[in-house]
Amino acid sequence: MPHDHPTHSHDGQSPSGHPYRTDQDAPLTYWQNMEIAMRELLVEKGVTTEAEVTQAIEKMDARSPADGARLVARAWTDVDFLARLRVDASSAAKELGLEIDALKLIAVENTADVHNVIVCTLCSCYPRNLLGLPPDWYKQRAYRSRVVKTPRAVLREFGLDLPKETTVRVHDSTADMRYVVIPRRPVGTDGWSQPELAALVSRDAMIGVALARSP
Amino acid sequence: MLPLLRSRRNVALMTEFTGQRWHDMGGQDAGPVVPEDHDFALWEKRVDALMVITSGKGLFTVDGLRRCIEDLGETAYETMSYYERWVASVNQNLLEAGTYKNAELGAKMAEVAARGETYGQCAEKPDD
Amino acid sequence: MTDRVRVSTMMPPGHIRTPAYLRGKTGVVERELGLFGNPEQLAYGLEGNRTSLFRVRFRMADIWGKAAENPDDTLDAEIFGHWLTQKEADHAP
Repeated sequence: MPHDHPTHSHDGQSPSGHPYRTDQDAPLTYWQNMEIAMRELLVEKGVTTEAEVTQAIEKMDARSPADGARLVARAWTDVDFLARLRVDASSAAKELGLEIDALKLIAVENTADVHNVIVCTLCSCYPRNLLGLPPDWYKQRAYRSRVVKTPRAVLREFGLDLPKETTVRVHDSTADMRYVVIPRRPVGTDGWSQPELAALVSRDAMIGVALARSP
Repeated sequence: MLPLLRSRRNVALMTEFTGQRWHDMGGQDAGPVVPEDHDFALWEKRVDALMVITSGKGLFTVDGLRRCIEDLGETAYETMSYYERWVASVNQNLLEAGTYKNAELGAKMAEVAARGETYGQCAEKPDD
Repeated sequence: MTDRVRVSTMMPPGHIRTPAYLRGKTGVVERELGLFGNPEQLAYGLEGNRTSLFRVRFRMADIWGKAAENPDDTLDAEIFGHWLTQKEADHAP
């Protein structure tokens, strides 16, 4: 690589605004060694190129919860779009120019009576092509093991206390489907533009551990 | 005769296996959710990219990725990070696909490690 | 009437996408998803037979019994057809 100091960011910040972990300057680990060697071997064998790897990183970096938030805002404001989202969420997402590739998306809607929450107990399946990479806690034991048995207790740990009258629906992504929660549209947002509405929708709301923000 | 002292792990290994594998953790007891979220190091993003690219080219499937991670066993889950498990799994899948041989990778790893001490130094290929 | 299905109790080794906590449990088919390659074969580099996949909805009480926080909360999971046995349709009003 033709860099003197191989970072891909300015000011030591990654695209999300968080500092990169300082692995660049730490002693090389066995697994980091494997990554470098694997990548170079694959390039030498013509399986891929450094440019292809860089492009794949940039493509993944470009994905973020903002894409999902756009989908939610459109669903809140366009009943015909919502109807199409219910039939085929993947096609609906593509309408918005979201490059979700082959992701088989199911949108689950929160209502006055129902609150949805997503998990993958077996590994860490997540709609990454829509929302970007999942948070660490989503992939860890505490969430994966407990949310399918005591979702309300887990949601309380996130600060969300649901009334008994609300039905909680947990979705365990065990196979080919990926899920996005459409949170309830907050009260007091009549007439808001889609970008203004999208700004109220966090990643956690689309996983189901939070509500959309109120104005 | 003094009873052998056994660690909790050894005792666990001595209890009967029911068929429920370590990764199949739905419903098990666990502590509170810790809302951790860190950004990924460049090497981790590269692992992710390599998985997407090589599986996208049909060398293996995401099912194979999962299978090899599961087969790493519970100790790996406790001692390896997420992307360490991924690179180990991608490697296993590529070996099974015949993309390269263990010895080729080993030779390349030795070459890479000789370049320096840190990831940054070792990731830099010397100019031809 | 909805299709009630029971998940097999078998515990084979290897790569399986039917969570252990659902084995032996009974739910209803929420929707049919179509045919997908069997992950139990794909995981080993084999061609995956096209296999029916279903979203099955379980009542929390039917999974966890008295330990359920709220008996009528639900858990939806995608289960492949060869793991499911159809039960008599539910005639309850």
